[in-house]
Amino acid sequence: MAFEPKQPQKELKYEELRVYSDAELKNYTEEELKNFKIKHKIPMCEDLETGPWPSFVADTKRNALHRRKLGQGKLLIEQDVAEDLLGQLERSFEDGETHWKHGGIVGVFGYGGGVIGRYSDLQEEFPSIAHFHTMRVNQPASKFYNSDYLRTLCDLWEYRGSGLMNFHGSTGDIIFLGTFTEQLEPIFYELTHVLDQDLGGSGSNLRTPSCCIGKARCEYACVDTQELCYEMTNNYQDELHRPAFPYKFKFKFDGCPNCCVASIARSDMSFIGTWRDNIRIDQKAVQAYVAGEIKPNAGAHSGKDWGKFDIQKEVIGLCPTQCMWMEGKSLKIDDKECTRCMHCINVMPQALRPGTDTGVSILLGAKAPILEGAQMALLTIPFMKAEPPYDNIKENVIEPVWEWWMEEGKNRERLGELIQRQGIRKLMEILKVPAMPQFVKEPRSNPYIFWKEEDVPGGWKRDINDYRSRHKR
Amino acid sequence: QNNYGKWKYHEILEPGILVHVSETGDKVFTVRVGGGRFMTVEHVREMCEIADKYCGGFVRFTTRNNIEFMVDSLDKVQTLKKDLMSRKFVSGSYKFPLGGTGAGVTNIVHTQGYLHCHTPATDASSMVKAVMDDLFDYFQSMKLPAQVRVSMACCLNMCGAVHCSDIALLGYHRKPPIVDAEVLANVCEIPLVIAACPTAAISPTKTEDGKKAVKIKEERCMFCGNCYTMCMALPLSDGQGDCVTIMAGGKVSNRISPPKFSKVVIPALPNNFPRFPEVCNSVKQIVEAYAKDANKYERIGDWAERIGWERFFDKCGIPFTEHLIDDYRLQYDTYRTSTQFKYTDASWAVSKAVGGID
Repeated sequence: MAFEPKQPQKELKYEELRVYSDAELKNYTEEELKNFKIKHKIPMCEDLETGPWPSFVADTKRNALHRRKLGQGKLLIEQDVAEDLLGQLERSFEDGETHWKHGGIVGVFGYGGGVIGRYSDLQEEFPSIAHFHTMRVNQPASKFYNSDYLRTLCDLWEYRGSGLMNFHGSTGDIIFLGTFTEQLEPIFYELTHVLDQDLGGSGSNLRTPSCCIGKARCEYACVDTQELCYEMTNNYQDELHRPAFPYKFKFKFDGCPNCCVASIARSDMSFIGTWRDNIRIDQKAVQAYVAGEIKPNAGAHSGKDWGKFDIQKEVIGLCPTQCMWMEGKSLKIDDKECTRCMHCINVMPQALRPGTDTGVSILLGAKAPILEGAQMALLTIPFMKAEPPYDNIKENVIEPVWEWWMEEGKNRERLGELIQRQGIRKLMEILKVPAMPQFVKEPRSNPYIFWKEEDVPGGWKRDINDYRSRHKR
Repeated sequence: QNNYGKWKYHEILEPGILVHVSETGDKVFTVRVGGGRFMTVEHVREMCEIADKYCGGFVRFTTRNNIEFMVDSLDKVQTLKKDLMSRKFVSGSYKFPLGGTGAGVTNIVHTQGYLHCHTPATDASSMVKAVMDDLFDYFQSMKLPAQVRVSMACCLNMCGAVHCSDIALLGYHRKPPIVDAEVLANVCEIPLVIAACPTAAISPTKTEDGKKAVKIKEERCMFCGNCYTMCMALPLSDGQGDCVTIMAGGKVSNRISPPKFSKVVIPALPNNFPRFPEVCNSVKQIVEAYAKDANKYERIGDWAERIGWERFFDKCGIPFTEHLIDDYRLQYDTYRTSTQFKYTDASWAVSKAVGGID
């Protein structure tokens, strides 16, 4: 069953919503573009127009020309906004310093986040980017689009903003790059009322969740990452839009341990699909790999001659737990020793598949270096069934962790830092789970062990006179 | 939609082109092209035009900001491919270059830089463009031992993936903040500023005319900029001091070895706008040494750990400097507490300096 959103989705028809006519959209020729000079001198920027990789400068200039020809009557912020942006960028190259002022607090009514305020510190010189605020627009799970939606978004953003965007921000949002304060509410109105589209998160709150492509186009997906992502985004809208946390908090959903959305490094709560039964083996296909009929790793290394596929060297010999072997023509796996690293499956996707009894591992606490150093997420829940409505995950994991962190977390302390400060043992208490060796890479090497008084026979109340009755001073 | 959750296997037909086969026998062909991440509505409209023409109006983006067009037959792949590679900006760069699959270099996850951010120590879009131009051949081919993930962040807030990438480019400051004491007390919460410092270099003080301010112990400051994030009266960017740090050996997948952090391998390269030649050369040096030496399936971090970091520096031709030795809290864990090491010129230099050899 394909994942279907719970609420009926509005079917957008670009023809009904468009701002610009076809003639307005095709208002310049290649010839004009070739001869087009923006109003500032930008030799260093123009140097970035050469070379094979798509040039953001060439793209920006194209937009600048398009805006100029549309004219101010068809635009609500200045037509030369892209030109001023390139002008300021050139100045930053000259100075080796940014020309954006510090911070900026703007937003839309009812929300505490979603908009990043930005002001130029060279406003006289570049007045069209005096305000240059970013809006984060919550992307669809796995970033699938149809052109009606994208075109509608483009018209709206050209009309009320700079026409410059990021597809996508690192957290996943569509980024609208650059508009003036007075346009924020109208854009928000259009997004919600017409496009049925909400803002993403910013500030000390739940940030926009994101996921890998999952079951939509991947045979490794152990859970429906899109549905999980969509469900959690909807369920925790309030936490996303109104900052109530000590600091930011991110969810990411990976369908398998290959971690294509990097949840283990880039989310406070990382959900990674896994299985607990056996890897499915198609022995015939194994033989086809051995015979060289199928390219290893789906052909990922075909640009270089690595020799004939050698299952012993490339799969069995590289298995981190050495739990595989050949018995005659059959590949054997001791599944209870397998740590599901995905290597053998990645090398032979037509012969090996993840098991069918699937769920998620949940890992907590990843973050970038500020303040206490970078952290990867730590394994917290080894396996959990992940099926709608996901109440087990919400009630037994997400909400207790939030409750603890909201109560105990210091100002601007990420979950990972709280875990570092109060320890896994506190986390176990919060989640009401027993200790397991899987929490650690290795047991502690120092013996500085805390005990609770009730766990020690006789407790801690002792009388020195009693001690002295056995040991003279 | 009919095949959701029913995919059986996939193949990479050639660089940039994937096919996924469903249990029902259906196939979907994916054509992956590079995306600049920063793009204009004009570019998105052109993308829509392509999607309408070949893909029933559908298009998607990857987690590394590439663009994927999907079709249902090989014939359509060929016409789509031809069309995509024929589209160039007037100044010559490809608009939609095919690639980014398998064991090559794919798109660089990056940040805002001078285009939108207030704390950067370098620019993002220009550095990415310069490095990708240089590595373009690796984007369009699959001849490396494993995929190489390059990422870029313009300050050590590390928005994105710099702390866990095969090669990471990081903007870094090298001068302590300047205290704008005249306004500091009016615009900043002083306790927050003090708490923002990881090395406790900031303390409260008063100016000569009695205004509340902060003072910074300069020898304790390692220029992270977190205090500026909290307080606009402590700017630290500096055209001469700001630089680019290169890190290597990180990964996020659990394949064979566990996820790893990237490690600092070059402490500072100049911010040489707009093409960063020193950065481009260093990245190429690392990629080429790795391509020549590593085993199949070995990521850069796996390779460096197998041959030893002393050999990594040797093979990449990168000098090792004191800045690469950790001196932050858990530093001791990164020291070598073993007699297992390989001799290199750097080790002979130490023996010589102490009079151990002639």
